[in-house]
Amino acid sequence: MTTLAEETLAQKAARRRLRLEKLTGIGFATPATLLLVTVCLAPLAVLVLMSFTDYDLGNLDFKFVGLANFTKALHDPVFRRSLWNTLLYVAIVLPLGVGLALLVAILVHGRKRTRGFYEVAYFLPVTSTLIAMATVWTFLLHPKLGPINALLGVVGIAPRAFLSDPSLALPTLAMIGIWHLVGFNMVLFLAGLTAIPKDLYEAAEIDGCANPVDRFLTITWPMLGPTLMFVIVTSSITAFKVFDTVAVMTHGGPMGSSEVLLYSIYLEGFQYFHSAYAAALTVVFLAFILVFSVIQTFTLDRRVHYG
Amino acid sequence: MNTRLDPVRAAGTPAQGAATVRGRAGAAAVVAPRSPLAATLRRVASLVVVHAVLLTGAAFVLLPFLWMLVTSIKPPDEIFTATLRLWPHHFNAVDNYRHALTSAPLLRFALNGLIVCAGILCVQLLTAIPCAYALAKLRFPGRRALFVLTLLALAIPVQVPALPLYIAIAKVGFLNTYLSMMFPFFLSVFAIFLLRQFFKGFPDDIIHAARLDGMGELEIVWRIVTPSAVPAIAAFAVFSFVAHWNDLYWPLIVISDANLAPPPLGMMFFADAETGSNYGALTAAATILTAPLVIAFLVARRQFIAGITMTGVK
Repeated sequence: MTTLAEETLAQKAARRRLRLEKLTGIGFATPATLLLVTVCLAPLAVLVLMSFTDYDLGNLDFKFVGLANFTKALHDPVFRRSLWNTLLYVAIVLPLGVGLALLVAILVHGRKRTRGFYEVAYFLPVTSTLIAMATVWTFLLHPKLGPINALLGVVGIAPRAFLSDPSLALPTLAMIGIWHLVGFNMVLFLAGLTAIPKDLYEAAEIDGCANPVDRFLTITWPMLGPTLMFVIVTSSITAFKVFDTVAVMTHGGPMGSSEVLLYSIYLEGFQYFHSAYAAALTVVFLAFILVFSVIQTFTLDRRVHYG
Repeated sequence: MNTRLDPVRAAGTPAQGAATVRGRAGAAAVVAPRSPLAATLRRVASLVVVHAVLLTGAAFVLLPFLWMLVTSIKPPDEIFTATLRLWPHHFNAVDNYRHALTSAPLLRFALNGLIVCAGILCVQLLTAIPCAYALAKLRFPGRRALFVLTLLALAIPVQVPALPLYIAIAKVGFLNTYLSMMFPFFLSVFAIFLLRQFFKGFPDDIIHAARLDGMGELEIVWRIVTPSAVPAIAAFAVFSFVAHWNDLYWPLIVISDANLAPPPLGMMFFADAETGSNYGALTAAATILTAPLVIAFLVARRQFIAGITMTGVK
């Protein structure tokens, strides 16, 4: 008798505890969930719906127009140019931003006393306010006053208007993008290099793999694979989101040569107030980001398992 | 671990033979100079090359900072003529900095940045910590769904919901307020994700013991679990602060009042106003607005690098 009563009592207590846990869990998750819906999920749904309408900010009503905004984008020379320019920007920033960072990381990794200095030097641009530094870059690249053209003059190269020459504006912005990115990637690579067990190198040395190039190819490169994939994806996303330098230094010019996707979205949505059209462009932007992110989730998973 | 080692070991064995042959050939070619002296020479040479490469790169990276500082103390006539001269003949620092500080409310921009970053960080932690604890340690209906949504939201940059959020904020009449600048960032799914990972490793026994002692769940979260996550919270704080101090896109959309501008937007207003190329004042302003984070970075280098590279995980 007594044991039965105790059991039901214990069961009751356990059930009460479970119910309490449920309520606490819901209570703790509610503020964050509400925010998640209001700042992310609901706006996302509205954005997708809006991309199928003809709504402009200020209009009193709107109607659904199907894929009209997307077909318009397909034939819009500004959008096509900005998408092309964005991809071109990624194509310049990605290999150099990753390759140079890898080179610097490998060289810095072997240093002992000077490692701190190099880490600080290369990482400094990441912490600095890019808008403020963009103003400085504008001065550095000035056709008449800038030290970079003065330096080129010493070597005997005629001064160039880096930011007002249509063929140079985008590559110049890409160089600044690389300047801003290398330190960040270097730190990720340094973390990856530190994770490689030292005894692997010792084993390789015993096996007769004494040449630094051999050691790099047989150990460092394969062991760094997951980090490398990861850095490539995050760098692609960063480069794809280029906006600050364009907005401050070139305003998309000269002659549209530095128009990029986010800048076009910004102009259409927040300057011309073509809300529905900007929504469609944003959906395209999101599609690209999601492709990168899916790859990222995949590589993140790999990093968790093997790193 | 084993599968990871095997390919390397396997690759090592065939390479061994080749390396021995190469080693023998090398020994034959340089029989005498295989002395300690030659080895030292080779080491010194490689060190010189390595440092030459690294220093060249560092010079390129640091050039804008150096030029910013030097230009900010030069008088206008030297800025406009002596293009490759680093050190000024005459100093004009006081004039440049005074001009920058009086013609634009630079300290106000910095204060705005501080207010916005602190506000965002507080709400982010207040909402993310309980949610992360619930996801890590409590069983409740909808837990899996919430976690999947969190992962999904992790992939969406602020530029995506910006348009509907802007329209909503404009309709409510909240443009040009601190709140409008902070609102989209009140929730950090990244903080939830990061802290959930951290809390998962917290021993259940301690939580059970605290419950037996009669502690409420809220008390457990704030007084027992949160203090254990201080390193993760500190790294996240650095990440959040740097990201929002330097953010231009969202403030550019919702703020047109210069008195509310955070540093990047303020710098943009100032640069647009100084249409004549008063580079002395411009670089002085850039120095003032870049200084706080750079100084913080130089003081707390490890925390900064840990914090900022967390975006790598984001």
